[in-house]
Amino acid sequence: MTAALRFDPIRLPPKCEELRKEVRAFLAEEMARGTFNPFKPNREDTDVPEFSRRVGERGWIGITWPKKYGGHERSFLERYVVTEEMRVANAPTRRFFVADRQSGPILLKYAPEHIKMDILPRICRGELCFAIGMSEPNSGSDLFAAKTRATKTDGGYLINGTKIWTSSAHIADYMIAIFRTSQPTKENRRHGLTQFLVKMKQPGIKVNPIGQITGQYEFNEVVFTDYFIPDDHVLGEVDGAWKQATSELAYERSGPERFLETYYVLTELVRAVGNDPDTRSAEGIGRLVAQLHTMRRMSVSVAGMLQAGKEPVVEASIVKDIGTVWEQQLPHRVRDLAAFVEETASNRETLERQLDFAIKTAPKLTIQGGTTEVLRGIIARGLGLR
Amino acid sequence: MAESDNIVVETAEKIFADLADPQTINNDKKDAWKAPLWQALSEAGLPLAWVPDDLGGSGASLADGFALLNAAGRFAIAVPLAETMLAGWLLAQAKIASPEGEMTVLPASPKDRITLDPDGSLSGRVRGVPFAKAARHFAVLTHDASGVSIALVDAGKAKVEAGLNVGYDDSDVVTLDKIAPITIKPAPNHLDQTTVMLMGGVARSLQIAGALESMLDISVRYSNERVAFEKKISKFQAVQHNLAKLAGESAAALAAATSAADAIANATAFNDAVYLEAASAKIRCAEAAEKGGAIAHQVHGAIGFTIEHILHRYSLRALAWRDDFGSESYWAVELGKLVAARGADELWPLVASR
Repeated sequence: MTAALRFDPIRLPPKCEELRKEVRAFLAEEMARGTFNPFKPNREDTDVPEFSRRVGERGWIGITWPKKYGGHERSFLERYVVTEEMRVANAPTRRFFVADRQSGPILLKYAPEHIKMDILPRICRGELCFAIGMSEPNSGSDLFAAKTRATKTDGGYLINGTKIWTSSAHIADYMIAIFRTSQPTKENRRHGLTQFLVKMKQPGIKVNPIGQITGQYEFNEVVFTDYFIPDDHVLGEVDGAWKQATSELAYERSGPERFLETYYVLTELVRAVGNDPDTRSAEGIGRLVAQLHTMRRMSVSVAGMLQAGKEPVVEASIVKDIGTVWEQQLPHRVRDLAAFVEETASNRETLERQLDFAIKTAPKLTIQGGTTEVLRGIIARGLGLR
Repeated sequence: MAESDNIVVETAEKIFADLADPQTINNDKKDAWKAPLWQALSEAGLPLAWVPDDLGGSGASLADGFALLNAAGRFAIAVPLAETMLAGWLLAQAKIASPEGEMTVLPASPKDRITLDPDGSLSGRVRGVPFAKAARHFAVLTHDASGVSIALVDAGKAKVEAGLNVGYDDSDVVTLDKIAPITIKPAPNHLDQTTVMLMGGVARSLQIAGALESMLDISVRYSNERVAFEKKISKFQAVQHNLAKLAGESAAALAAATSAADAIANATAFNDAVYLEAASAKIRCAEAAEKGGAIAHQVHGAIGFTIEHILHRYSLRALAWRDDFGSESYWAVELGKLVAARGADELWPLVASR
């Protein structure tokens, strides 16, 4: 048969459950000391440096990385547990999450030793924030249309051009970006892009904030003007970034953050309907919980495959496709089900405030980190259709 | 398609491939394939897979039996294999030996009841019983004031009103009117009608997941053959995206069903976590049967709507299986009530319990 999709029923080992308890206790402490409010996903300040450092102290950043770089050589399943508990609690992970999920692994694979020794331990300590420089004004999903140039000069490259929609660029210490080092060839339009490590907060880089429809300012325009990057900051093969991009997608696309972004409205809905819901509410909640449970089982399964050294790119794309569509619809489904919630429900205001924010957040969920259209193209390729 | 990684599934797949080829079956208007298929399955000990050796079965593990049901779904097997397996499993819970031949389970719907009268006879009218007409015996879950019992009943003594489900398989109304069972014993403490419905629901979930795997497979193959507007329809982005969605539904069904099967196979009790797994599987697989089946038909166009084409063997059965052992609406209401009763702050711990 053509389709060989596998989602083995991975079960989290006991040490994951121990870790889960530790993470929950830590998050409860952080809430108690006022670091963040789990009921306010729309807080203005999602960047909390001291929280990052305390997560780092616990050893929960770079948890799977080699010890010599500050990591803890624990499993992807353990990382999974930390990620999902942080996400469900609405913890302010913005400062370290990108580095933990994808920038660190890229450095591990492609950076020279002295850079790994310098940067990775600082990521693990929660001291560094990373951004990802992919999109440009005329290059979004079509990654290989990127035009920002890296021109060879003595000892390095000069960068000129603009990246856009770059989350966290305004607070980031580093960016991992792709720049054009050569023109594409006739045979391979993906040729000619190179991945670089970019030190932020330097002359030659200007970060302009862009307002979002949620009222937040989390993404940016980043303009490079004759910005110098030394040779040892090239990550991987010059002109060959396209070979490096795909295998990492499984890490980026299958995690719990791909279906839990708006989870908080479901919790509040359950609170609002109370212990003895009417049939309509019960059925609605039952279906949503069944869908959520299924996605989590798929996502855990992909984490298990990653742990086993596989590259489940198609399975990961399926998780992100189904997961992001679900988390996008969730606030609207919850709104439907909450339509008849009693005026007197104790958390009515909280639920309304959360729905307001979740409904505004929803449109981005099927765009960021690989649009639904791109994902379905990858799945179709995996099915042998392209 | 999941690889066969155990001998039970390998044996079954060989029999299915030899004697239950969907196209051969679909062309056979006289059901001549049924008897040889059932005989081969019986000789291999598969219908009584879940019955221990000392009770007349072949003593396979729960996990192997679940994998077998998933394989049966991939071939849209239309003999009472799942039903006989469930009946054998139920009887074995009360240490009742299984007889030879086809069986099915009563009741097959959460709200139907068979009552045990003080004189030891059984009464009740239960609907939507799969393959009751074909069954020689019924495994019956019955209630009286003192609790739950399990009985073996001669099907010949019951009144069976024949019917067909949406997939053209037998789905009958069975009436027991003061029938004396062949054997009756008390059910073990942990077992009640909900347990039986969850077990049956997971069986159906695995069958639906298997049918969806095959629907995906034949839809992909067809799209790579069919030419329209001077190219293979698989080259149209709209078709590709539809098939990607079908793959997603198939994957979700497989993940939900195999996870629930794994949960039951390793469970010491039917606690809330197992309930979540089993109920979710039935809900999500039923949703996938609807969404995925619609796409498989859309890709096939008119040819898939013909009785000659094999697609309906999968698509209609997957839809029909939604109804057995509690529909997705039923389980969604029950799961929603469970979640609400536990309270908002206990939802995540439940979801994250495995």
